[in-house]
Amino acid sequence: MIDGILLGLATAFSFNNLLMVVAGCLIGTFIGMLPGLGPMSIIAIMIPVAIKIGDPSSALILLAGVYYGAIFGGSTSSILINAPGVAGTVATSFDGYPMARKGQAGKALTIAAIASFCGGTIGALLLMGFAPALSSVALLFHSAEYFALMVVGLSAIAAFAGKGMVVKALLMTVMGLIMSTVGESALFNAPRFTMGISDLQSGFSFITLAMALFALPEALYLVLDPSRGAHQTTSDQIKDLRITKEEAKTIAPVIARQSIQGFLIGVMPGAGATIASFLGYAVERNIAKGKEQEEFGKGSIKGLAAPEAANNAACTGSFVPLLTLGIPGSGTTAILLGALIALNVNPGPRLMIDNPDVFWAVIISMYIGNVVLIILNLPLIPYIAKLLTIPRNYLIPFILFFTMIGAYIGQNNATELLILVGLGVSATILRFANYPLAPLLIGFILGGMMEDNFARAVNLHDGISFMYERPMTLALLLTGFAMILVPIYRRRWKKS
Amino acid sequence: MKNLDKWIAVIFLVISITYGYSSAMFKLLPFELNMVFLPNTLPNALAVIAGMLCLLIILSPAQPTESEMQLPEDGEAGTSKKKFEIGQAAMLVLAMIAFALAIRPIGFLTSTTVFLIATGWILGERKLAWMIPIAAFSAFCVWYLVQETLGLYLRPLPWFLS
Repeated sequence: MIDGILLGLATAFSFNNLLMVVAGCLIGTFIGMLPGLGPMSIIAIMIPVAIKIGDPSSALILLAGVYYGAIFGGSTSSILINAPGVAGTVATSFDGYPMARKGQAGKALTIAAIASFCGGTIGALLLMGFAPALSSVALLFHSAEYFALMVVGLSAIAAFAGKGMVVKALLMTVMGLIMSTVGESALFNAPRFTMGISDLQSGFSFITLAMALFALPEALYLVLDPSRGAHQTTSDQIKDLRITKEEAKTIAPVIARQSIQGFLIGVMPGAGATIASFLGYAVERNIAKGKEQEEFGKGSIKGLAAPEAANNAACTGSFVPLLTLGIPGSGTTAILLGALIALNVNPGPRLMIDNPDVFWAVIISMYIGNVVLIILNLPLIPYIAKLLTIPRNYLIPFILFFTMIGAYIGQNNATELLILVGLGVSATILRFANYPLAPLLIGFILGGMMEDNFARAVNLHDGISFMYERPMTLALLLTGFAMILVPIYRRRWKKS
Repeated sequence: MKNLDKWIAVIFLVISITYGYSSAMFKLLPFELNMVFLPNTLPNALAVIAGMLCLLIILSPAQPTESEMQLPEDGEAGTSKKKFEIGQAAMLVLAMIAFALAIRPIGFLTSTTVFLIATGWILGERKLAWMIPIAAFSAFCVWYLVQETLGLYLRPLPWFLS
């Protein structure tokens, strides 16, 4: 292994490959900020460039840099304008955006950058040490366990079930699950509930729904109530990156825990950064005490650090099944697999033996990518955060435009824009009536995966006996239900 | 506007009933009939749960909604009365609909430039000497990034010019 690491270091530290990391991180960060262009689309777009490069190590290093950069870029739009461009950064907006609105955009971006750096770095170290061993553990997870894992991920809704809103939060989750059943499914042969609208054949688009539920209502609120918004605070406050010693102490254990948890979830094929971020958020909220728990959803630094560390660690974790088994654990790694094959590299158990330079160079470049990302982004944060000081008359048209263009370029379909406006106006009205919107999006994101895995498990076991016959499934299900119900009851006990 | 949350629950109840009905009536393919988990198994369950939750909200004692009060956060109740710029918001929504309908026929560059200028105007910006070049330059930058750099097609100009 030492020889491999040295070989990887030599390859990754060549001038050419360092240039690839820097270029990848920059491209990923800036394009990733545009809602609608997540890591998957950016990597897909970069594949021809990677193939032109020819050398598999350099090409993969470039793509890994783009991957990390895009995830960080996605977090930026989540924090600044409440527009999560990818599912993995939805949980980031739960506390990142409220922080930005309080005038702490610079601090929020810094925490996100540090948590991402730590998550990615710890993930890379775990990948280096445990990749071969973990690949066999990943295969122990079957559809029954995946379904149970989704239930645990769903427990993140508990954070939005406060102050007499339990039933509303549950209803919104069910509505999200209902929306996820619209259109084609991987398991069934005919599209469902499309109401004859051909544009709904492939279901509601994630990006349209995320923009309609988060970004559009916020922009409309800024118009409805001109006194609202982060621009009430001074420019210096927004640009301020400083994190106090107490804050650093508060987020350090959160980042450590979520980096490990996120990595382990990322290792499982199909789970990925989205589940990791929701789960990380839910776990940290549940173990937070008293006032800290109340802060979740309103600008908690723990609530921001947890999903950021978890989703970055999960992204690194998703390389375990790809590099060691040749199984792509997520859409993004599936595209990377395609790139590897196009570059005449066959990922799988023999990759470490046949192409050790590629295997180790990619792992080492992940670490370098994280370092480069933080070096590049920390100085840029004051300028990025300063976007919020742009006068309202200019800022709002651009938020609306990026919201719409995010939905448009994903589908290249004008009907998508009309769906976005309709859903956005409905979401604004729902928030006036105090219906939490985050549970709807969580239900929608997890719904499809949950149904697919549940259906597979039911068909495989000829019923629902797997829920109590498989110990890991039972343990995960009990944990999920406890994580949803305990905080609700704890709040009631406190009241009475 | 009073009891807005209950009226919304009624709308959700109607949606749940309609969804449940179309789920129950869902046409199964012959080989699907023998499957344990059917395409409408989960939808049936979701429709029932959603209906029950809607009834719970409708029948539970009234809670203050936020419509006449402060703008709510997710999970946060408001307290003070406020006046909203509903007219401006409605005009912005109309501008978004117009943008959606115009983006294909009149092209990305034209529709985006007009959209940015119009929404800025609605919000009270009157410095057209600033607004027009900013809008046109931004539209061009985004178009160049998306089409020329990333290779995703966006028709730049009206149909009769491109």
